[in-house]
Amino acid sequence: MSGIPHDHYEPKTNPEKWMHRRLPIVGLIYDTIMIPTPKNLNWMWIWGIVLFFCLVLQIVTGIVLAMHYTADVNHAFASVEHIMRNVNGGHMLRYLHQNGAMLFFFAVYLHMFRSMYYGSYKAPREITWIIGMLIYLAMMATAFMGYVLPWGQMSFWGATVITGLFGAIPGIGDTLQTWLLGGPAVDNAALTRFFTLHYLLPFVILGLSIVHVWAFHTTGNNNPTGVEVRRTSREEADKDTLPFWPYFVIKDLFALAIILAIFWALIGFMPNFLGHTDNYIEANPLVTPPEIVPEWYFLPFYAILRAFTSDVWIVIAVNWLTFGIVDATFFGVLAMFGSIFVWALLPWLDTSSVRSGRYRPMFKIWFWLFIVNFVVLTWAGAMPAEGIYTNIALIGTTYWFAYFLVIMPLLGVLEKPLPQPATIEEDFKASLKSDKDGGPKGPAADPIPAE
Amino acid sequence: MKLKNLAVAAISALVLALPASMAEAKKVKGEVTNFDFSFQGLTGTYDRNQLQRGLQVYHEVCAACHGLQYVAFRTLSDRNGPELPDDQMRAFAEMYEVWDPELRDWRTATGPDHFPESQFEGAPDLSLMTKARAGFSGPYGLGINQLMKGIGGPEYIASFLLGYTGEEDFQAGSMFYYNKAYGDWVSMAPVLFDDMVFYEDGTPATEEQMALDVAAFLTWTAEPKMVERKRAGFVGVIFLSVFAALLYLSNKQLWAPIKKAAKED
Repeated sequence: MSGIPHDHYEPKTNPEKWMHRRLPIVGLIYDTIMIPTPKNLNWMWIWGIVLFFCLVLQIVTGIVLAMHYTADVNHAFASVEHIMRNVNGGHMLRYLHQNGAMLFFFAVYLHMFRSMYYGSYKAPREITWIIGMLIYLAMMATAFMGYVLPWGQMSFWGATVITGLFGAIPGIGDTLQTWLLGGPAVDNAALTRFFTLHYLLPFVILGLSIVHVWAFHTTGNNNPTGVEVRRTSREEADKDTLPFWPYFVIKDLFALAIILAIFWALIGFMPNFLGHTDNYIEANPLVTPPEIVPEWYFLPFYAILRAFTSDVWIVIAVNWLTFGIVDATFFGVLAMFGSIFVWALLPWLDTSSVRSGRYRPMFKIWFWLFIVNFVVLTWAGAMPAEGIYTNIALIGTTYWFAYFLVIMPLLGVLEKPLPQPATIEEDFKASLKSDKDGGPKGPAADPIPAE
Repeated sequence: MKLKNLAVAAISALVLALPASMAEAKKVKGEVTNFDFSFQGLTGTYDRNQLQRGLQVYHEVCAACHGLQYVAFRTLSDRNGPELPDDQMRAFAEMYEVWDPELRDWRTATGPDHFPESQFEGAPDLSLMTKARAGFSGPYGLGINQLMKGIGGPEYIASFLLGYTGEEDFQAGSMFYYNKAYGDWVSMAPVLFDDMVFYEDGTPATEEQMALDVAAFLTWTAEPKMVERKRAGFVGVIFLSVFAALLYLSNKQLWAPIKKAAKED
């Protein structure tokens, strides 16, 4: 795979040859883990392994939790308490699963930001990016439905608000919402189907992840320079790359161990810090919580959803142009889904021929502003939708769309990129020299000490 | 690269603090005192005597209205809990009546039974109350207070019990009482008065002592495995740190010849 010349699996003994003629699975595994990987990958290239670990962690803890959980509105909350109190190690399993979802999203955001900074989504890796966005969507659906399962107040009201988004679609909204929930409101039918889908979707994510890996194994990894690996001869390819095993597996495992140490401290000492206190109150359809907020990883999109109130001029204009069909609520829903959609279209919106942001001086500024904006939107999403906060959310939303729809297409034309190194080998050597001099060169991605 | 530093700082703030703003950040409007409890901090454990005193306060005062439906009597004997001796735990359970769906009748409770549910609708179940309330918030939804002081459920419960100002208001046939921890009128009347219970261990039963004891007890009912969890936290962090150190050294050694060759070239 990957078109980079490297050694392939050769069956040597007779049993190996027998097997290889019938099912070349050993060769498949060998070629997968021996993929030639650019030598100069930095510490932002570790998140793939972290994400794979998260997926396995969530599936394993989730399956054990499902053995003890009861998907019924009368028993769900109590069964979670049963897990917390009576199941051996149940409190750890449940905290791991709950906070594991947060680690999953934390890692996926950094993985996506890395891809955005180094242009990993650009040709020929658009399919990898699109599959990745599908995985992200599936993750959001899974996390949302998983949050409903403990049947706390925020579970119930979160589900009510989010399915209500579909209800905002003109014409078919009510019917669609009823169909999604299996009834007029969030109730047992919704809980059981959310449970089933929450169990199913992780395996869809697993399948998509395999396609994701397959796609970038076909194109080869991107790297911090964005310069392609030389493929003309084996000698040249060997100068640019090293096999994934053991060089990058050990490096990634080291990073994973550090991240897990921090994660484990969170589980052990403050497992409820990132959660919401209201979810320790059993769902009550008659009592609305004072504030309905989603988990932190949804907050930027929640801010975008709530940014468009009926007094914003664009909402008024669209409302007038569509004869009142698109109201403020529906506009917010469109903006929220649109914000993810434009993100997915990034490979075609970015017109620059230079991959890596390292050699794009103007891009760098806009990129880091995007990151700041992402954090600001997260914060705005957690604040009440009133006063200054909706204005901040509106500015943030405007920048979000401007980044993808205006800045990315224009920068490719306006920007004068810096010279790029000719080869990955050259960059690798340069990075070693600057290591010696003490100063990090280029974007030092992580404060973790280098290899 | 100032912007980059700003972005990294912003992300750090997000990671550390911001998400906790959802811990009822905006809602806390009353005054909550930051009491000290034995179970705080990385190594804090429950004080067995305090849990037993809190159990007594719950039993003699709170249980008149509030239930503890997720707590089984047998767990009162669990390690790192009130640690009642087995016979005392059974004798304690026998003071409660539970509904038996098989007998279709009430019967005396035994060890495996749970505490009863709340006696009337207005009184919430207390099993998880210290995890369902936040004592600290902000500033500006940044969650820094929660990071420094904890989410503050036990502090809130104690402050609530001590927060009555004595102001009363009769409205629509019900009496309301002003509570400064809640920051508004509440329908629950003040319940704790000095020396209303008699502590066997000789601790003076002041209002504050009783409030702290019952808050500690309710923290245990909400998080009975806290001590085990913290212990697992230490073991895991130490193991992972050692593991990370070994991987660091392996990685360094693995890459050394590659880097050497590249430098000499």
